[in-house]
Amino acid sequence: MKLEGEVRIPSGCAIAAVISKDGKGITGDLIYNAMKPMHDRSNGLGGGFAAYGIYPEYKELFAFHIFFDHRSTRKECEAFLKERFEIVKGELIPTRKLPQITDEPIIWRYFVRPLSSLLISEQVDENEFVARSVMKINTSMKGAYVFSSGKNMGCFKAVGYPEDVGVFYKLEEYEGYSWTAHGRYPTNTPGWWGGAHPFSLLDSSVVHNGEISSYDANRRFIEMFGYKCTLQTDTEVITYILDHLIRRQGLTLEEAASVIAAPFWSTINGKPEKEKEKLTYLRTVFSSLLITGPFSIVYGWNGGLMALNDRLKLRSMITAEKDDRVFIASEEAAVRVMEPDAENIYAPAGGEPVIVRVKEGNY
Amino acid sequence: MQEHYIYPEFEVMRNKDRCIACRVCERQCANEVHRFDTELGVMIADEARCVNCQRCVSLCPTHALKIVKSDCRLRENANWSDSTIKEIYKQANSGGVLLSSMGNPKPFPVYWDKILINASQVTNPPIDPLREPMETKVFLGKKPDDIRRDENGELITEISPQLELSMPVMFSAMSYGSISYNAHASLARAATELGICYNTGEGGLHEDFYVYGPNTVVQVASGRFGVHKNYLEAAAAVEIKMGQGAKPGIGGHLPGTKIVGDISRTRMIPEGSDAISPAPHHDIYSIEDLRQLVFSLKEATEYKKPIIVKVAAVHNIAAIASGIARSGADIIAIDGFRGGTGAAPTRIRDNVGIPIELALASVDQRLRDEGIRNNVSLVVGGSVRSAADVVKAIALGADAVYVATAALLAMGCHLCRTCQSGKCNWGIATQRPDLVKRLNPDIGSQRLVNLMNAWRHEIKELMGGMGINSIESLRGNRLMLRGVGLTAKELEILGISHAGE
Repeated sequence: MKLEGEVRIPSGCAIAAVISKDGKGITGDLIYNAMKPMHDRSNGLGGGFAAYGIYPEYKELFAFHIFFDHRSTRKECEAFLKERFEIVKGELIPTRKLPQITDEPIIWRYFVRPLSSLLISEQVDENEFVARSVMKINTSMKGAYVFSSGKNMGCFKAVGYPEDVGVFYKLEEYEGYSWTAHGRYPTNTPGWWGGAHPFSLLDSSVVHNGEISSYDANRRFIEMFGYKCTLQTDTEVITYILDHLIRRQGLTLEEAASVIAAPFWSTINGKPEKEKEKLTYLRTVFSSLLITGPFSIVYGWNGGLMALNDRLKLRSMITAEKDDRVFIASEEAAVRVMEPDAENIYAPAGGEPVIVRVKEGNY
Repeated sequence: MQEHYIYPEFEVMRNKDRCIACRVCERQCANEVHRFDTELGVMIADEARCVNCQRCVSLCPTHALKIVKSDCRLRENANWSDSTIKEIYKQANSGGVLLSSMGNPKPFPVYWDKILINASQVTNPPIDPLREPMETKVFLGKKPDDIRRDENGELITEISPQLELSMPVMFSAMSYGSISYNAHASLARAATELGICYNTGEGGLHEDFYVYGPNTVVQVASGRFGVHKNYLEAAAAVEIKMGQGAKPGIGGHLPGTKIVGDISRTRMIPEGSDAISPAPHHDIYSIEDLRQLVFSLKEATEYKKPIIVKVAAVHNIAAIASGIARSGADIIAIDGFRGGTGAAPTRIRDNVGIPIELALASVDQRLRDEGIRNNVSLVVGGSVRSAADVVKAIALGADAVYVATAALLAMGCHLCRTCQSGKCNWGIATQRPDLVKRLNPDIGSQRLVNLMNAWRHEIKELMGGMGINSIESLRGNRLMLRGVGLTAKELEILGISHAGE
């Protein structure tokens, strides 16, 4: 049977997220417990989490989380990292043995700083440098896979049900101001940990529920800009699209949302002149990045979350609030686990982005 | 020396019980096949003149007529086919180059027919076009590499000129001269009503049709016939014709006998003079020369109109397209070897060029490999026969398609492939006033509108089935295609998997 990346695997999913607008710490057990009532939305073949604000002591360093299939792969990969980065710290990611989680790879994390001499010689900023390095490892170093590469954040993922994956990684011991979670229902058994979600590049991470019908149009377009879609998953291509639009093109989140979940022409034509001009421009220029077919995503970055549905809202997703916290989930049941008294339950319309930002200075 | 007698290709079968000798067939046949024998009081036929255009069959009020393929054949020979031998007789008789019309009829593989389209089941939902919006609008033209903002941080929304089409189909180039005034009128009106474009070809733009300018692509070909300031300014886009799929590498020839009246005036050449388009543009002997013509036309139109460069699909098409994409052109149009023509040397039509499906796939991939796919739009033609072909072309990577043969068929053409005779009984490929008036532009344009509306419905149904509700999400979406009965090499070039994979 072909592995993830060699074949395209559609999957259904559950997603959930929580963020404190005041930047207050939330421990990981809150989010992994929220996945329990949505157990049937996953099938035990992938679960994962993204956590923001968990490495305050290394907040200026890029945190790489890497899967290795073998000790020798780790040695080879470390040699590559040393050529390009100052490695401030490298360690095994602590895990807890569970009968539900088996066949684990070697899981390490590294806190690194790009070598400034290389930034100058390659004429790129540190984000671009890191993105290229990650792409290099993931496409050309067999058996090594960087699944998290941002500052003061980290992804944790595995083959298993999400609630078990959370326990496996001891997420109750981490404290972050924002968490996203994902339970996967893939349509075959790749049995590869890299295929679990979230998918992440630099500090952006995406959890996604859906199967997009525009996949190959999106993939073939974004690959023109140096991205390589090695996993053939929707989440991967959505992450690259958002990275391209937001980091490289400098679009705002709202603008990026109106590219990937563009309003219909009939809606655009009904807008005031200025707005119409802008939306027409974005849809024309980035037409190949329109995503069709069902999706609900939570996009995370340092300082915020954005929830977005496809323009027809073909996947369930709701948002809710309580005090400084905002909750997002595929089902209200997940929110009720996190906060029984959640208020303002709201189902965002198709293509309507819900953007939550942590107060400046609080993260 | 005696000429070889060639037995007629067709036989006219007249049901004597039905024939009422009304002589409609006689009046309708510009080839003068039918005649009334006054002595015997019956209709008779000279079958040697018949081209099987089906005009008499269609108009016979008692359905007394049918045209069948003659079974009088030379002795069978797997190497020397009947048509090959007869072509030799014709050439031995005349000493001339054989002429043909319309697209290559030979049994080369039709890749469209070996490609199948996907549909959604279970893991994601199909979308019902009757209940949900389904968008087919496209913008053709160069897209910027980067966005720009003004001092207030607002997006600067000015971009290179775009051609807006309500659906990804245009009527491709057919000149006034090769087809009739009424055929042009039908195309122009239909394009306007549909919100798409038609194309003047290289015969200039008749003064009556300037009013349809916003839906007109004007062509600048190697003969430069009919090109002047107002012509360029009238159009929605300007197309430089470098080549044509039916006859790559050669020019065109409209005989002086057809250069009469309005055609002479529209082409801006004297009545009776042959209109000869050279094989090359004599100011374009290389890619850097093309760039100069592109920018000359941009200067002439104040950078307000997209420039299309049309080429025939030939062996090295990917590299050629890459060169064009860097020449400043906004749109590349590629014409496959099965594209139609009003007249072409038979040997060239049947043996030169490559299938559009393969050309499109390799060009789209090459432009992506080079990171310049967004610099140009791709339009393909020759031959796109149905809504399914359109969907397959878009999924392989085209922004839009050109159709001409299908449009002619909608106007009444029966594909008898004798346009070069100028005696089109359907009033399309002719300038004889009595024949031209047979095509009523009110009806012709309505039939074109009907055809395109039907295709639009079918495109939406196919898209909805795939769970796609906007045409841009179909463009280049090759995962939606699978091949059947194709070799590994063919699949590799098309960039698609085999069915079952």
